[in-house]
Amino acid sequence: MTVIVTEGLTKRYPRVTALDRLTMRIEPGVTGLVGANGAGKSTLIKILLGLAPATEGAAAVLGLDVATEGPRIRADVGYMPEHDCLPPDVSATEFVVHMARMSGLAPTAARERTADTLRHVGLYEERYRAIGGYSTGMKQRVKLAQALVHDPRLVLLDEPTNGLDPVGRDEMLGLIRRVHADFGISVLVTSHLLGELERTSDHIVVIDGGSLLRSSSTRDFTQATASLAVEVTDTDRHPDGTRAALTAFAEAGLTTRADGRLLLVDIRDEDTYDTVRDAVAELGVGLVRMEQRRHRIAEVFDNRPTGHDEK
Amino acid sequence: MSSEPALRDGSRDDSRIHDIGYRHYDGERLGRASIRRALFSQSLRGAYGLGRSGRSKVLPMILFAVMCLPAAIIDAVTVYVHLTKLPVEYTRYAIYLQAVIGLYLAAQAPQSVSRDLRFKTVPLYFSRPMERVDYVLAKFGAMAAALFVLTATPLVVLYVGALLAKLSFGTQTAGFGKGLLAAALLSLVLAGIGLVLAAATPRRGFGVAAVIAVLTISYAAVSSVEAIAYSRGNTGAIGWLGLFSPITLIDGVQSWWLGAHSAAVGGYGPPGVVAGIVYLLVALGLIGGSFALLMRRYRKVGLG
Ligand SMILES: Nc1ncnc2c1ncn2[C@@H]1O[C@H](COP(=O)(O)OP(=O)(O)OP(=O)(O)O)[C@@H](O)[C@H]1O
Ligand SMILES: [Mg+2]
Repeated sequence: MTVIVTEGLTKRYPRVTALDRLTMRIEPGVTGLVGANGAGKSTLIKILLGLAPATEGAAAVLGLDVATEGPRIRADVGYMPEHDCLPPDVSATEFVVHMARMSGLAPTAARERTADTLRHVGLYEERYRAIGGYSTGMKQRVKLAQALVHDPRLVLLDEPTNGLDPVGRDEMLGLIRRVHADFGISVLVTSHLLGELERTSDHIVVIDGGSLLRSSSTRDFTQATASLAVEVTDTDRHPDGTRAALTAFAEAGLTTRADGRLLLVDIRDEDTYDTVRDAVAELGVGLVRMEQRRHRIAEVFDNRPTGHDEK
Repeated sequence: MSSEPALRDGSRDDSRIHDIGYRHYDGERLGRASIRRALFSQSLRGAYGLGRSGRSKVLPMILFAVMCLPAAIIDAVTVYVHLTKLPVEYTRYAIYLQAVIGLYLAAQAPQSVSRDLRFKTVPLYFSRPMERVDYVLAKFGAMAAALFVLTATPLVVLYVGALLAKLSFGTQTAGFGKGLLAAALLSLVLAGIGLVLAAATPRRGFGVAAVIAVLTISYAAVSSVEAIAYSRGNTGAIGWLGLFSPITLIDGVQSWWLGAHSAAVGGYGPPGVVAGIVYLLVALGLIGGSFALLMRRYRKVGLG
C-alpha cells in the first residue's frame, strides 16, 4: 500500500509559494525528504497531517484524504517536530504518558506503551527525571518516543538529527532505521543533508523551492551522484600531477571533474576505487587523499540542468 | 478513531520479522470526545496542583481554604447566635471574596495555557486526532470548572450551615440555587477573560500581571466613577457603570435577574429591563467572545 501520494500539491502563502505542484508517491519503508532551508519540507508535513489546507492539488496519507480525514490520519501517524517541544519540568515518562492519552490511549495502555517505547528509544533510568536536565540527544529521543507511543503506521520526522553531534546523529539515524526494520513502521524523515539520509533511507525525495527535483531509490541515487574525492602529489615526471591523473582517469573510463587540486570521480560501482588506485599507482604520483564525498544538497541542485531523469 | 483491524494488519510490512522486543498496540483507540475529556480532567486537576509537584499545590489549596473559611465562620456564628437568616447573601459571597478569586485566576490561567505555548507543546496536541476546538473547549471548560469549584464550595458550606441552624428550607434552597447559578456565570466569564489574557503571551509572569491588572483596575475604576456619580446624585448612571468590570457585571446580572441586592454604590443595580438585558447580553458576549479569541489565537500557533 502506498503510504503517501501527492498530486499537484501547491501551498501558497501571501509572499511565497512553499509547495509548487508537487506530485510524488511514497511507498512503505524509510524515505528521506531532502531540501535546503525553506524548500517546503515542514509545509508538506503540515499538509500531510491535515493541519493546513493545500491551495491546490490533493494528497492522501495511508489512503486517507488529507483535506477531509485529518483526525483519522493523525490517529495513525506520529509526528516529531523540528523545534523543541518538551516541557522541562516534567519527566519523560509523565510527558509521554500524557501524549499517549492525547492520542486516545486509555490510562493503563498509555503507561504500558510509554514504558515500552522509552525503552526502545534507549531511555532507561533517566526517564523518571525532569526533561530539563537531559542532553540534546536524550531530548530528541523523547520527541521520537512521543511520536511512536501510540504505535502509528507512519511517522513523520522533521529534522530529527538537528543539533546533534556526529555520534548522536549516527545513533538517531540507527534508531530511525530500526523504527522501520524492527517495528514495521514506515518513516518519512527530512533533512537538508543528503549525505546523512543516504545511509538510512530506502528511497530519497529531493525538493527545491517547493517542487520535486528528484525521487528515486537510494541505490540509484548514490550511484548517480556519489563521488570519490582524490588528491595527488606532483612528481618530476608529472609536474602537474592533478592534470596527469585527470587524463589517466579518463583513459580508464571514469567520469571526473576537477575542482582546484581536487578530482571528483563519479562512483559507478565498487570497482571505481580499484581503478582509481591502479591509475594513480601507474602514474607514480603520491595519493594525498581518496575519500567518498558526502553530498551536500547544494551539489545536487547544481547538477539540476543536466540532472537525472525525474520519475 | 480506530481503523478496521484487517486494513491495519494487511498494510503492515508483515513480510519482515519484527524485533522480538517490539509489540504492536492492538487495543482500543478512543475518539476525540474522550481525548477532550482526558485533557479537561488533566487541566482541572492541574488547576489545583493535583498530578503536579507538591509546590504547585500550595497556592491553589491555600486560596481554596481562604475561600471556604469565612463561610465556615458565618455558619458557626449563625448556629451559636441563633440568627434568623444568614448574615451574607449567597450571591454576595463571591463579590466579598473577589480578590481571592482574582488571585486564583491570575495564578492558574497562565499555568493552564502558557506552558504549552512557552515550551511549544501546542503543535504536539494538534498533531493528534484532536482539533483546535477540542483543545480550547477542554482548557476553557477546565478553567471554568476550577473556578466553579472555588466559588461554589463555600456556598455549599453556607447552605449546610443554614440548614444546621434550622433556617427556612425553602428560602435557603432558593438563595443557594441562585448563588450557584451566579457562580457558574462568574466562572465562565472569568475563565474566558483569564485564558485570553494568559494565552496572549507565552510568558507566565506577564499573564499573571495582566489578569491582576485587568481585574483590579477595572473594578477600581468602576467603583470610583460610581462614587462620583453617587455624590452628584446621578443614580441612574450607577446602574450602567457596572458593565465595565467583570465582577460588577455579574453583580448587575444577578441583581436584575436573580433578585439579589446590588453591591453597587447605594445598591443601584441595572435601572430597567433594557439595562437588565444589556447586562446579560454583555456577560454572554464576553464568554462567546473569549472563546472566539482563543480559537483565533490557537490558529496562529498551530504548527508554526
Ligand atoms: N505560516 C507561514 N506563513 C508564511 N510563510 C510561510 C509559513 N510557513 C512557511 N512559510 C514559508 O514557506 C517556505 C517553506 O517553508 P518550510 O518551513 O516548509 O521549509 P523547510 O523546508 O521546512 O525549511 P527548514 O529546513 O528551514 O525547516 C519558506 O519560504 C517559509 O518562509
Ligand atoms: Mg522545516
